Amino acid sequence: MHIGIPKERLANEARVAATPQTVGQLLKLGFTVSVEQGAGHAAHFEDQAFIDAGATIQSTKDIWQNDLILKFHAPTDEEIALMKEGLTLISYIYPAQHKDLLEKLATKNITVMAMDCVPRISRAQSLDALSSMSNIAGYRSVIEAANQFGRFFTGQVTAAGKVPPAKVLVIGAGVAGLAAIGAAVSLGAIVRAFDTRPEVAEQINSMGADFLELDFEEEAGSGDGYAKQMSAAFIEAEMALFAEQAKDVDIIITTALIPGKPAPKLISKEMVESMKPGSVIVDLAALTGGNCELTKPGEVFETDNNVKIVGYTDLANRMPAQASQLYGTNIVNLLKLLAKEKDGNIDINFEDVVIRGVTVVKDKEITWPAPPIQVSAQPQKKAVEPVAKPEPKPMSPAKKYGIFALLIIAYFWLANSVPESFLGHFTVFALSCVVGYYVVWNVTHSLHTPLMSVTNAISGIILVGAILQVGDDNGLTTAIAFVAILIASINIFGGFFVTQRMLKMFQRGK
Amino acid sequence: MLSHGIIQAAYVIAALLFIFSLRGLSNQESAKSGNIYGMIGMAIALIAAVASIKGGLHWIIIAMVIGAAIGLYLAKKVEMTQMPELVALLHSFVGMAAVLVGFNSFLDAHTMITSNELTVHLVEIFVGIFIGAVTFSGSVVAFGKLNGRISSKPLSIPYKHYWNLAAIVVSVILMFTFIGVKTGAGALVSLLVMTIIALVFGFHLVASIGGADMPVVISMLNSYSGWAAAAAGFMLGNDLLIVTGALVGSSGAILSYIMCKAMNRSFISVIAGGFGSDGSSSSSSEEEQGEYREMQPAEVAQTLKEARSVIIVPGYGMAVAQAQGAVSNITEKLRGMGIEVRFGIHPVAGRLPGHMNVLLAEAKVPYDIVLEMDEINDDFPDTDVVWVIGANDTVNPAAEEDPNSPIAGMPVLEVWKAKTVIISKRSMNTGYAGVQNPLFFKENSYMLFGDAKDSVEKVLQNL
Repeated sequence: MHIGIPKERLANEARVAATPQTVGQLLKLGFTVSVEQGAGHAAHFEDQAFIDAGATIQSTKDIWQNDLILKFHAPTDEEIALMKEGLTLISYIYPAQHKDLLEKLATKNITVMAMDCVPRISRAQSLDALSSMSNIAGYRSVIEAANQFGRFFTGQVTAAGKVPPAKVLVIGAGVAGLAAIGAAVSLGAIVRAFDTRPEVAEQINSMGADFLELDFEEEAGSGDGYAKQMSAAFIEAEMALFAEQAKDVDIIITTALIPGKPAPKLISKEMVESMKPGSVIVDLAALTGGNCELTKPGEVFETDNNVKIVGYTDLANRMPAQASQLYGTNIVNLLKLLAKEKDGNIDINFEDVVIRGVTVVKDKEITWPAPPIQVSAQPQKKAVEPVAKPEPKPMSPAKKYGIFALLIIAYFWLANSVPESFLGHFTVFALSCVVGYYVVWNVTHSLHTPLMSVTNAISGIILVGAILQVGDDNGLTTAIAFVAILIASINIFGGFFVTQRMLKMFQRGK
Repeated sequence: MLSHGIIQAAYVIAALLFIFSLRGLSNQESAKSGNIYGMIGMAIALIAAVASIKGGLHWIIIAMVIGAAIGLYLAKKVEMTQMPELVALLHSFVGMAAVLVGFNSFLDAHTMITSNELTVHLVEIFVGIFIGAVTFSGSVVAFGKLNGRISSKPLSIPYKHYWNLAAIVVSVILMFTFIGVKTGAGALVSLLVMTIIALVFGFHLVASIGGADMPVVISMLNSYSGWAAAAAGFMLGNDLLIVTGALVGSSGAILSYIMCKAMNRSFISVIAGGFGSDGSSSSSSEEEQGEYREMQPAEVAQTLKEARSVIIVPGYGMAVAQAQGAVSNITEKLRGMGIEVRFGIHPVAGRLPGHMNVLLAEAKVPYDIVLEMDEINDDFPDTDVVWVIGANDTVNPAAEEDPNSPIAGMPVLEVWKAKTVIISKRSMNTGYAGVQNPLFFKENSYMLFGDAKDSVEKVLQNL
């Protein structure tokens, strides 16, 4: 099949659905590739680079005549008009918001794969374009915040005095939120994060931020990897938390999205007003209405108390080369599933839940939405209450002393009935056990093997016993003792020598 | 002939030197001198013993020369991967020697004055031979299992616990007949029958324990060999043997305890048989597996190069594949690039306590970057890449996350907290405990399939 990569027509769109690097990968899958003239220019991928990678350059008109079109944004009517009938399109679609678009494409017998409909399962991560873009947006949000903030992120102690570190609050710990946490932490800020799903606390901590806990019981995972809408009481508790934090932090980055619905309003006008002058809010949900009441999509808005609210809707687009590379790789990974034979032909196999999920139009029929798959690794419902193994109860003192007393009585009884010489030996034995106990506990773990071989050699001391028996006149005794001496010597010499050999190998780093 | 007093004094000095010897092993610097102390102590003890006998010196010298030659030969040619076998073999020698010394004591045991003393003496002989025989046959089986001559699967015969119990009960009964008869053929017969029972008991005890529980078994046998020597000391009235036996015995007991703790299992449950033999608990692990992702050696090399800190977690698989040399080369190369490389060792990794440390030391990995579990577990979240080579159960998150898992509660290396985890493994098979490992399906995990040595070398070529 022949792949066409058109130039994105949306104003200011710099990204492109393939890069010279992904073109190489597409060729390996058996496809041939054409790129529209100038398609990668804004992302710093020149036509020549595509040609060098093995693609051809086509004009705007020709590019839509290919069998398989890869692009970023959902096609416009104008673009649909240019399309050859029966081709396959891979791009963002947002079918929930654009039902009419699906119908238009279906009537033209276009097979459509929506990159925004990749199911959230582990296997499909490599083609999850939303995650790729969120990751970039999260990183960029911190960079934009730093740009507007105009102060250090990291705390410093200089000869001219102390600079406090910036405090950052990240709301929503999805891919974008985690990326923002990572970027802010590495700039040196103190980062706190909040998410309605308590199970992400560990991820937040692993990125170096503090998880703000809400003292409230409610399950937030909806089973498909996204958060769901919360109850009124929960939201109230949450808002109280944000109001308190707003007074303290310098930067708020909000990333709360609920799929298919307007973004929840989390930062009220009052909270913004309570923030310190010079603070910054970056609203990643600006496109769907914003998490902050005052957000103006697409621009930076400064309030009367000098709080800047960044409402850019194109954060990923501000890093076009890498955004294109990641998106391109996501598409390559999708095509790897579709073209299993690597012969340049695609097979839309609905048995595969990933392919089923992304395919929204096939054979003139709208196949969206796909049947749901439940995948999220949310804590299994407490059906299997962990059977708390009864902790071995520490022995009650009475019982312990009782046993102790019994042992002493038994010992006295024994002492009374055995010869004195035995008692002397027994004393030595008991004391040696105690000495052995303390000495051996000090042995470092890495020397346990040498410890075993040394004790092995030492227990060859039984040789002494055998030697003492040799002197007897009895021939049989001497013969048995002879064998005992022989094997015990193997132990002594072998044990000490091999220990020496091992210990020589242990070296300190240079 | 030295006086009795001097000989006793020599024994005390030897005993002290043995204590210093074990003390020396508390760290790498003093370990070598510790070993020398042991040798000196042994030499003093032997000279004192030889000096106190009345005759037969030539026999002693001949036997010792032969024994020394065999011992030195074994010690010289043994591969470090075969250390567990050698240790097991040496244990069996101590057990055998204890049995022989015990029989000898019995054969000339009748010079005792009072009957009370004789009874105590006979009990000592009986117990000494019993422990010695169990140590001997148990160690032989352990040796066979470790070098593959005997299947490392736990032997499971019906009612095995009852058989063990019966063996002990019969032995106790035999002991009373033995004390009752005291001398002559009747006593010898009960002694011989008991020896055979003890040998079978020792055989069965170890045969019913699986391969990965070997660290516990070896430490246990180590302990037994000490008790056997101590018992010999009692029967001969020799304090040096008692002291040394007690030292070795408690050393082995402590090692067994450490190993059991590292597996979160009681000593009894290890001795009673391998994982899963209770058959009840492997319920929840099967349902969820998921997808795993693979990485090629070139990609692994790339990932390692881009990392700032790397932790390598070796397991028995590395020892089997003899990959420690290649691992060491990679370590050196990465450290040369300024990447921090460390090793995380689980206490029960390998087949012998401290086995991995010895292998890495042999491959010239500096010991100060080889850390144990408690030292390194907190560092995983700050680590870029963890490379698990031939370990499985010791890095299984199910131990912490799944209360129904058979290994729940076992302390494990928390490798999954690192940014990327690469797992070298031959296939997707489960580890010793027969538990699926959710680590393989984590989002940050990648599998590198193949023989550990091959794949490590391929990665090395790509660095």
